Amino acid sequence: MTADGSVPSTHGKPLWLLAELTYRCPLQCPYCSNPIDYARHREELSTEQWFEVLREARKMGAAQLGFSGGEPLVRKDLEALIAEARRLGYYTNLITSGVGMDAARVAAFKEAGLDHIQISFQASSEELNNYLGGTDSFAHKYEMARVVKQYDYPMVLNIVIHRQNIDQIEDIIRMTIDLDADYVELASTQYYGWSKVNAELLLPTREQLARAERIAHEYQASMKGRMKIIYVVPDYYETRPKACMNGWGAIFLTIAPDGTALPCHAARQLPGFEFPNVKDHSIDWIWNESPAFNRYRGYDWMREPCRSCPDRSKDFGGCRCQAFMMTGDATNADPVCDKSVHHAALVAEVDRITSQPLEAVRAKPLLFRNTKNSRRLSD
Amino acid sequence: MTEQASVAAWTVAKISPMFRLQWEEAQGFHVLLYPEGMVKLSGSAGEIMKRIDGKSPVSAILADLRAAYPGVDLEADVYKFLETAYDRGWLRTVDPR
Repeated sequence: MTADGSVPSTHGKPLWLLAELTYRCPLQCPYCSNPIDYARHREELSTEQWFEVLREARKMGAAQLGFSGGEPLVRKDLEALIAEARRLGYYTNLITSGVGMDAARVAAFKEAGLDHIQISFQASSEELNNYLGGTDSFAHKYEMARVVKQYDYPMVLNIVIHRQNIDQIEDIIRMTIDLDADYVELASTQYYGWSKVNAELLLPTREQLARAERIAHEYQASMKGRMKIIYVVPDYYETRPKACMNGWGAIFLTIAPDGTALPCHAARQLPGFEFPNVKDHSIDWIWNESPAFNRYRGYDWMREPCRSCPDRSKDFGGCRCQAFMMTGDATNADPVCDKSVHHAALVAEVDRITSQPLEAVRAKPLLFRNTKNSRRLSD
Repeated sequence: MTEQASVAAWTVAKISPMFRLQWEEAQGFHVLLYPEGMVKLSGSAGEIMKRIDGKSPVSAILADLRAAYPGVDLEADVYKFLETAYDRGWLRTVDPR
């Protein structure tokens, strides 16, 4: 205890609040980051309950707020939530597919004080984009990106990159230049949830990656000062793990549609957890006191090789979900790390997947993210 | 377009539309907020940035800082910070016309 009676903090503040307003979405992307069993979690917080979440988290230091989903535009109260968030002093980010958007709504968001809009594209060709998203959305996305710039928003375009679209990376970058994006995120698929189920059809080969990386770097250089291109490499090809979420319960706080609080949006799959809900507890208790948020803070929970590793303060042992998915135990080192005894199995799996020719991969059906598949997979 | 990172006494700067400067009460420092990111500013950087209003030339900002911190030789540091801020895209020059 400190002199004023407070408990000294051993962790940071929840600077980043991700508000997953709903799991409903008109798209069916096969790499969706929502949980596989999302169809079981249909309940959504009310407008008032979200207001309370926003107020409490802001008081604790949250400054960046992402409105996400599912598709946040399906919430009719989005304008009201933005206005309240802006009033509280958040930097408000809308993370959307663009489906459900129109010029009137973009204007209303501006009026409400929205700071930034991120639109996702699935590909640079209409045919592939609409196939991957499971809906005819390309033309509308294109139109909405133009409207977003007309309203003078900073615009981020996000394209998830994988085996089926990586060879068109140059077309994708050209599309983002044509749309006058300020930031472009070329985000390699991370294999959780739906993308894990579809990994065989999504994981690019080493050769594909090398080519894409070279092209991305060329455009990063030539567009410097005009458009920022962020290229996220897929960690399956790395030998040191990513510092996932900057550490468990370090700066990120996700609130799922039903009010469940998570240290990251994928954590819901971890067994042996009781993640707290904002309907039962304050954000302060959730962040500072709850067993779930404290479980992987610090280093005491670590096992070897992490426990004695000089890099443990840099990467925190990588991703807990990935450790669980590949080794059955979330306290193991992330197998991306070549110090992990499980690393060889990951390399073998990557080799097995990527040795299949692209035509063979394309011949298999992608498992699309929709309610029917969610129910089937989680029964 | 990339701005010329050369700051003069008569330069009038404004914060780039891509960024928002804000005082964070819970943390006790200024931050620059931008899409999905945030830069924490040091105390002196915050003092400079909060005076950038799109109207005052650098000379006026310097005079104001000298009044607030008498006896501190800060001119070189202010210019150095402003050049860095331009380089990072935080600032835009206001056209005098």
